[in-house]
Amino acid sequence: MIRAWLLLLLLLPLFSQAAIEANQFDDPEKEARYKQLITELRCLVCQNQNLADSNAELAQDMRRKTYELVQGGASSDDVVDYMVKRYGDFVLYRPPFRLSTLLLWLGPFAILAGGVAILLVFIRGRGRQPGAQLSDNDLQRAKALLGEEDNKS
Amino acid sequence: MKARFLIPLGIFLALALLLGIGLTLNPRDVPSVLINEKAPTFNLPDLFDPEKRVSSQDMQGKVWLLNVWGVWCPECWREHEFLNHLAKDEGVTFIGIDWRDDREEAIAFLTNKGNPFAAVGFDPESEAIMDWGVYGAPETFVIDKQGMIRKKHTGPLYQQVWDKEFRPLLQQLEGES
Repeated sequence: MIRAWLLLLLLLPLFSQAAIEANQFDDPEKEARYKQLITELRCLVCQNQNLADSNAELAQDMRRKTYELVQGGASSDDVVDYMVKRYGDFVLYRPPFRLSTLLLWLGPFAILAGGVAILLVFIRGRGRQPGAQLSDNDLQRAKALLGEEDNKS
Repeated sequence: MKARFLIPLGIFLALALLLGIGLTLNPRDVPSVLINEKAPTFNLPDLFDPEKRVSSQDMQGKVWLLNVWGVWCPECWREHEFLNHLAKDEGVTFIGIDWRDDREEAIAFLTNKGNPFAAVGFDPESEAIMDWGVYGAPETFVIDKQGMIRKKHTGPLYQQVWDKEFRPLLQQLEGES
C-alpha cells in the first residue's frame, strides 16, 4: 500500500509542468522545434536565461512570437533570422562564427595553447637545470654517506 | 630567463586590463542591429482615441524620435520631465509607443504629468515592439527624413546624453534632404 502511495507521489511532479503555457501545435514536429528554439534563444531582459527559462514579460512575448511563427509554418532558421534581425546575434546562445565573434570562439583555445606553451617552457627549464653536475668532492661525500647508510642496514 | 618573475605580473596586468575594460562596458547595452536600417513601420491604435491610428508612415520626410514607454517603468517617470522640456522648449517631435499598459492609467499619467508626444500609439500586446527590437523601456530611436533609424538610446534621456549625442545628430539630420 505504502509503495503505491510513494509511487504516486513520485509521479506527481510530472503533472505540475502542464500548467505553465499551453500552446497547441497541429504537428508534433513543430512542437519539438518550438521547444528547441526557446532553449536556444536568449531573453534580453534576464540575460543569462533562455526563453524557456525566463518568465520576463519580454520572454513571454518572444515565446508567443516564436509559437506563432512555428505554427504558421516557418522553419527554425526563419525564426532565428527573425529574432536576429531585430535583436542581433545577442539573442543566440550559439553565436555564429564571424570576425566579431572570433575572440569568443577561439579565445579559450588560445588560452589553452598559451597554458600548454608555458607548461612546456617550464618543464624544459627544469630539465636543463644543473642539478646533475656535482663536483667530484660532493660526489665522494655523497657516496660515503650513502655507503655508510648501506653498511648500517 | 632572468625576467621570469615578471611573467605572473604580466599575466596579472593583462587580466586586470581585460577585467577593467569589462567593468566599463554596460551589459544591458545591446547594440541595435537596426541602426542605419529602414525603420520598421507600425500602425497602432491611438492611445487617446481607439478609433484613430498612429502610423510611422505619417512621419515620412520628417526627423522624429520614437520613445517607447510605459507607466510601469520607473525610468520612464524619471525621464518624463525632460521629454516635456525637449518637446516644449526645443521643438523635438516625439512619437510615443505606450507599451504593455492599461489605457486609462496611461492617459491619466500623461494628463497629470504633461504630454510631450505628438501622438501616442497604444501597444498592450507588444505588437510593434518586437519589430523595433525593443527589449526594455524607455528606449528612444532617432529616425531621419528618409525613414532610416540613425540612433537608438536605451534607458532614460537626460541632459548630458542629449547634449553629447542627440543635439548634434538632430542638427545634422535636419540639414540632410
